[in-house]
Amino acid sequence: MIRYLYASELARHPGLARTMFRDRADQFRTRLGWEVELDASGEERDAYDAMNPLYVIWERADGSHGGSMRLMPTTGDTMINDHFGHLTGGVRIESALIWECTRFCLARDTDPGAAAALMLAGGEVMQGFGVEHFVGVFDARMVRIYNRIGAAPEVLGSEGEGRARISVGLWSFSPEARARVAASAGIDPVQSRAWFEAAFGPVGARIAAVAA
Amino acid sequence: MKGEQALGIALLSSGLDEQLARLEAAKSQDDLQPLIEELRDQFGVDHIVYHWVAADGEQFGCGTYDPAWVARYLERGYLRIDPVIVGCYQRFHPVDWKRFDWSSKAARAFLRDAIEYGVGNQGFSVPIRGPNGQFALFTLNHSCTDFEWQEFTEHHRRELILVAHYFNQKALEFQPGRGPKPATLSPREVDAMTLIAVGYSRAQVADTLSISESTLRVYIESARFKLGALNTTHAVAQALQRGLIVV
Repeated sequence: MIRYLYASELARHPGLARTMFRDRADQFRTRLGWEVELDASGEERDAYDAMNPLYVIWERADGSHGGSMRLMPTTGDTMINDHFGHLTGGVRIESALIWECTRFCLARDTDPGAAAALMLAGGEVMQGFGVEHFVGVFDARMVRIYNRIGAAPEVLGSEGEGRARISVGLWSFSPEARARVAASAGIDPVQSRAWFEAAFGPVGARIAAVAA
Repeated sequence: MKGEQALGIALLSSGLDEQLARLEAAKSQDDLQPLIEELRDQFGVDHIVYHWVAADGEQFGCGTYDPAWVARYLERGYLRIDPVIVGCYQRFHPVDWKRFDWSSKAARAFLRDAIEYGVGNQGFSVPIRGPNGQFALFTLNHSCTDFEWQEFTEHHRRELILVAHYFNQKALEFQPGRGPKPATLSPREVDAMTLIAVGYSRAQVADTLSISESTLRVYIESARFKLGALNTTHAVAQALQRGLIVV
């Protein structure tokens, strides 16, 4: 299932959080060779994890992490504006309608459809919160995965060659793309919507009942 | 429809540009209170409230709630049980008050008390994450049916989110120890806005600057936000007025 958790809520899901940060270490350090820092217990965290980002997480049936991504508003500090301005033509990307999406990660043996499920969840966030675009930094090798699930970003700028190629990309989410990704994930859009509603509070009549 | 009329759906967009220009021209923190009252009238809601907390704990707020309610809120320590604060603090997604958890006895008593003091039964809050860990909250509050409120918030969500952020940008300028920071555009944003100002189509601008149309879209969106504008036309006017672009 998809979970939407702010960093401040991770403490209530210790197993899920631990496996997420370990899978990030495995993906970014071991497999992609990025110079990310690991803590004593082998978990990968950076300065942005300390800024209460919103994580979108695919939780596997056993409660462990199957994949995730990290969302931040571009009105605050972001990885792209702090470190990758040279890939966006020197433009500081900053808007209430654009969120940054980073640390897109998949566990080694994750469920088929996990990547697409995450993208579908990204679409829920856009629709639910009035976000028009995500921007993100990604590795060349992720392009194949994004293409496969029908959510290829538009590349704004790149640097490096081959394995070391890093790009800044832009995601929008048209209704057609949404349908494509839902099919790729094998998840009913109704189910996807229900996970989102469960996380952010169903629209209830409780307040009206008090007010009446 | 009556509810829509009361909530100002028909008239809003044109007038809002004017409010934003006045917001842009604000010279001190004292200008923000009359501005928030104007915005309330423009949106046609009962109340708008703005509140920010800096990383060092410094606070500022203004709004249209009855001062008696504000005093009572502080006296009763409602900050700790107010579901809006509990649900928004350090977060950044906009939210309808119906999504908060009002089920506890304390929250229900709080809401009944608030309504006694003229607070409406509907609310929409935009939590804002600014630079250096700044946190602010911009809230619209109104008395109407669920259906009317849903129509209103769905119709105006984009504007509400933007106005909330522009109000915050202005309030930040008046933060003690922080002088007014004029919006600056990067050279690429200046190029894009200049070409749009002289009437180039987006395709022509993208072609001239040798960038994709998506990249251009991001530059424009980013420039619009920095200029406190709701749309590109308004952004071009702002950029010209401030001398950021010359045509």
